[in-house]
Amino acid sequence: MSIQTDPVPSRIVDPAAEGTVRARIAWRGPVLYLGTALVALVFFGLLTPSSETTRFMVATRDDMVQIAPFAVPSQATALVLSVLALGLAAWATWLTVQRRRVRTWVPLTFGGLVLLAFLVWVMAGNSNALPLTVLLTGALTLSVPLIFGALSGVLCERSGIINIAIEGQLLGGAFLAVVVASLTDNPYAGLVAAPVAGALVGLVLVMFAVRYWIDQIIVGVVLNVLVIGVTNYLFSTVLTQNPERLNSPPRLPTLPIPVLSEIPVLGPVLFKHSLVVYLMYVAVAVLQVMVFRSRWGLRMRAVGEHPKAADTVGIKVNRTRVINTVLGGAVAGLGGAALVSAGLAFTKELTSGKGYIALAAMILGRWSPKGALAAALLFGFADSLRQVLNNLGSPVPSQFLSMLPYLATIFAVAGLVGRVRPPAAEGIPYTK
Amino acid sequence: MSTTDTLVAPSAKPSTPEGPAGPGVLQRVLDASWLTIVLAILLALVASSVLIAAANAEVQAAAGYFFSRPADMLGAAWDAIYSAYSALFRGAVFDYEAEGVRRVRPITETMTASVPLILAGLGLAVAFRSGLFNIGAQGQVLMGAAGATFVGITYDLPIVVHVLLSCLAAISVGALWAGIAGFLKARTGANEVIVTIMLNNIAFYLVSFLLTTTLLRQGGTRPISPEVAGTSLMPRMLGLQFRLHWGFVVAILAAVLVWWLMERSVLGFQFRAVGANQRAARTAGIRVNLVFVLVMLVAGGLAGLGGAMQILGTDRTLQASSAGSIGFDAITVALLGRSKPVGTVLAALLFGALRAGSPLMQTSADTPIDIILVIQASIVLLIAAPVLVRELSPLHRAAQLFGYRMKEARA
Repeated sequence: MSIQTDPVPSRIVDPAAEGTVRARIAWRGPVLYLGTALVALVFFGLLTPSSETTRFMVATRDDMVQIAPFAVPSQATALVLSVLALGLAAWATWLTVQRRRVRTWVPLTFGGLVLLAFLVWVMAGNSNALPLTVLLTGALTLSVPLIFGALSGVLCERSGIINIAIEGQLLGGAFLAVVVASLTDNPYAGLVAAPVAGALVGLVLVMFAVRYWIDQIIVGVVLNVLVIGVTNYLFSTVLTQNPERLNSPPRLPTLPIPVLSEIPVLGPVLFKHSLVVYLMYVAVAVLQVMVFRSRWGLRMRAVGEHPKAADTVGIKVNRTRVINTVLGGAVAGLGGAALVSAGLAFTKELTSGKGYIALAAMILGRWSPKGALAAALLFGFADSLRQVLNNLGSPVPSQFLSMLPYLATIFAVAGLVGRVRPPAAEGIPYTK
Repeated sequence: MSTTDTLVAPSAKPSTPEGPAGPGVLQRVLDASWLTIVLAILLALVASSVLIAAANAEVQAAAGYFFSRPADMLGAAWDAIYSAYSALFRGAVFDYEAEGVRRVRPITETMTASVPLILAGLGLAVAFRSGLFNIGAQGQVLMGAAGATFVGITYDLPIVVHVLLSCLAAISVGALWAGIAGFLKARTGANEVIVTIMLNNIAFYLVSFLLTTTLLRQGGTRPISPEVAGTSLMPRMLGLQFRLHWGFVVAILAAVLVWWLMERSVLGFQFRAVGANQRAARTAGIRVNLVFVLVMLVAGGLAGLGGAMQILGTDRTLQASSAGSIGFDAITVALLGRSKPVGTVLAALLFGALRAGSPLMQTSADTPIDIILVIQASIVLLIAAPVLVRELSPLHRAAQLFGYRMKEARA
């Protein structure tokens, strides 16, 4: 989170300076694209036995529209996919050499192609068909807590408060959601209670940051430990004494959206979920508009970038920060409720580092709700892929599948995102 | 994040305490940092005792008729709190119920538990002071432990050489693992917070995988390594009845070395300059990117050595969970020690005491071990906020009657 100051922007060239001073070509992108494409070509394309086939399944048994599982020849498909990826990589390289901008869809399509090639390779000769809808539904469900967590990070950090305590907010939210839902036997009560716990953690964080000027990273890390300690302690004393009454929450019911949920493939993946997933759609859309297009968002960003200027025009800097951090905590608390929405009982350290992953998703998504959504979906997908492949059996050891999301992040952060710029006043307490 | 020297964030300027006549004796004593630390620890224990009492079954039963006989509940609460903390003390410092030399065993256990915390905490302290927020001690400790275990179980070497080589392997593996984050930061600007968090998870799965291969498992079915050879064990310091090993001395020496590095050497000056202001350091001709890599190598090497001590000193076998929570505790240790060597050692001893004492507290007072996390977190939070401690402390409140001015205290 330290502020990166690189005077030479890597890809953008000032047109006025063309011909006199030229920015250095950033070779990092091309090298990464070409290297990955070559690996895909050799590993997934050429090393797949030509006699094998890969089977895909795009509908589950209870879908409205039934599509039969289909099979493709593994080697040919993987070859076609990786040659396409190589072509895309070559084009991106050419663009870079020409000092032209590589648009966002290029890495996305490239990633998709390599991923498909990987799936074809990994499932080659497997007697089971790869259930694509299950894979995608799982990806969405697993990423919901991360998305809420990352949105919380956006809300706090855009106003200048570093929120490392996402982990604690998720965990607190999950804990309270489980206990309240179990006590009232109503899953929606848990959904209402969870943001309260998250907001409380947010409030402590921002009070220490704004009132006592303590390094926000320290408060965040310590608050995570505190929430882990308190929930662990309450779990092993109170919850284990009376698990039927306190730790058996009902499941949040699935509410398929009429018509939309009957679209083949996309319907069950996107529109056959519980309320908390639809809340996530709304939250991302609303925040994306509010942060960049509303007066509230402009003020928040002003406070995060240049609090003195914001104060000069009459914006209450510390009040904005307090409100945003508490709101952010509530959003992350909702993520905690999403984590246990399937009727999970609470266990010690249920979140197991998801808050830190959400933090990474927020940075990867460059402090925007849209980007956070994309990055969190990437993590969710990798996690879902691990689960599906573990069930079906694959040539890759399960530990490496578990590493995938983390490796993908390092590649993304080092290879594509590079130097990101956090809000300028992040982590610095404001005093007049 | 540029300064972790003081726990207060960069632009928080302390208001000057100097009045026209200078601060009086009362003001100076009450604003002393040692008093804040003692009070913070006491307040943290008080806060945690609320939880201990609240979760106690007898207290809950007595609370049912609190208004008819309040003394019952208060008595039960006192019993619960007293038995928990006295067990903690007996487990961590001095066991007055034991016989003979076993009475001092707890304090040696505290020292043993603090060894990996000191080393990993020192590594983090170096990184924090250089402006790198390294959250990756967990992975570095685990990789170091794996390196030490590999040498410990694979080679057949004479006694001193084997220990040295095992430690050297741990230092290099830990340094390389942290070096990845430093290198990526230097070359591509990748945020070290993200990369080190990711490396923690990758290290866990990598070691889990290696434990299923012949490299670390060498026979057997469970994902656990065989015991390291006797020649590679850290020798015991006080005979076989105590687990305390010479790793404690190694850790203290490492603290002295880190002090020298950061305070007396040119390299350490460059580290601190980068931590204080990257742009100024670059302008002054310091190769900031090289410093990033070197800092992470030093931090990772120290954390890796901490991992080696855990295996060669106490555990003897490696599991994927061998690092426990050492890496994350080390973050709080370094923060509590204000990223200074002496402070880190003292903070590690405190956390080591909590670790060593908690099992006895769980068995004899029936207070779950998890309360330790609450105590640790409260202590660090309070020590970081001296103003809050003074506001909460009855001592300072009372002193206001005698002319103590809280507002003028140093932040």
